[in-house]
Amino acid sequence: MMYVTPENTVAGQQQLVGHFSWFKYSSPQTFFRLAGKLAPWFAVAALVFAVAGLYLAFFVAPTDSQQGEVYRIIFIHVPAAWMSMFIYVVMAFWSGMGLTFNTRLSGMMASALAPTGALFTFLALWSGSLWGKPTWGTWWVWDARLTSELILLFLYFGFMALKAAIDDPRRADKAGAVLALTGVINIPIIYFSVQWWNTLHQGASVSFTSAPTMAATMFAGMIVMALAFWMYSIAVTLMRVRCIILERECDSQWVAEYMGSVK
Amino acid sequence: MNWASWNDFLAMGGYALYVWGSYAVVFALLATEIVLLALRKRRILQQLDRMRDAARGGIL
Repeated sequence: MMYVTPENTVAGQQQLVGHFSWFKYSSPQTFFRLAGKLAPWFAVAALVFAVAGLYLAFFVAPTDSQQGEVYRIIFIHVPAAWMSMFIYVVMAFWSGMGLTFNTRLSGMMASALAPTGALFTFLALWSGSLWGKPTWGTWWVWDARLTSELILLFLYFGFMALKAAIDDPRRADKAGAVLALTGVINIPIIYFSVQWWNTLHQGASVSFTSAPTMAATMFAGMIVMALAFWMYSIAVTLMRVRCIILERECDSQWVAEYMGSVK
Repeated sequence: MNWASWNDFLAMGGYALYVWGSYAVVFALLATEIVLLALRKRRILQQLDRMRDAARGGIL
């Protein structure tokens, strides 16, 4: 007969050893509370950065000498495109954590990130299309940058559809993680597509290796809008992971206690 | 200041459709995501409420 004693549970062992462990936060119960505390602060930060970013975008950044006012789409297009790729990488990171450490929270985080990643991918494509029409004369072209970004959208959809199709959440987490990790190969393809192929899409205006090829105020507006989208993404991901945790753990004792405390 | 008047600002140098078409869809969809999440949270809390009431009924 096996009794549950402090020694044979992970939490018990941590209590006995008494040291700080990051794995404590991989418990959905602990993370639920942490996410609830953090989300409002990220939402406020998103709002502040968005107001500052929009002010820079429309009132400080000058008119572009070649494109005129239509270039102002850059202040949402580039940040949305950055977020679409960054969120995928974070999703793949959590997927890798889930496969390696078999932590329940990892799969929940990956699920929480996917819809926001898909949204930013769509917004990058949408704003790009509205920018392409007046500057290139076409809404869409099958060049390497646009096509690989469209594939990113399908990867997000595939990830969500696959997870939704598998009833057992733990098996769905594993299958989703394999898909997410396989698809991460598309990220460098998107990023370097403008160098590797001859694309209608322009090369990077901002890179890690050289100074930005734009006015400082334009650059500042883009960075501040990127921060706004980043903070927004963290806030909504934390909100969504709280929903997922409650949905998945609805039979557990701590959720019952939580429900008792909110009423 | 880039704009001589409010109308000048709205006209976006003749590119109003493209510029405002981008910004409007971005902010509309971000707002929609927040509303959908709030509804999802409310739905799960209502469901948990019903589960708790059902469990109480079972005990009594």
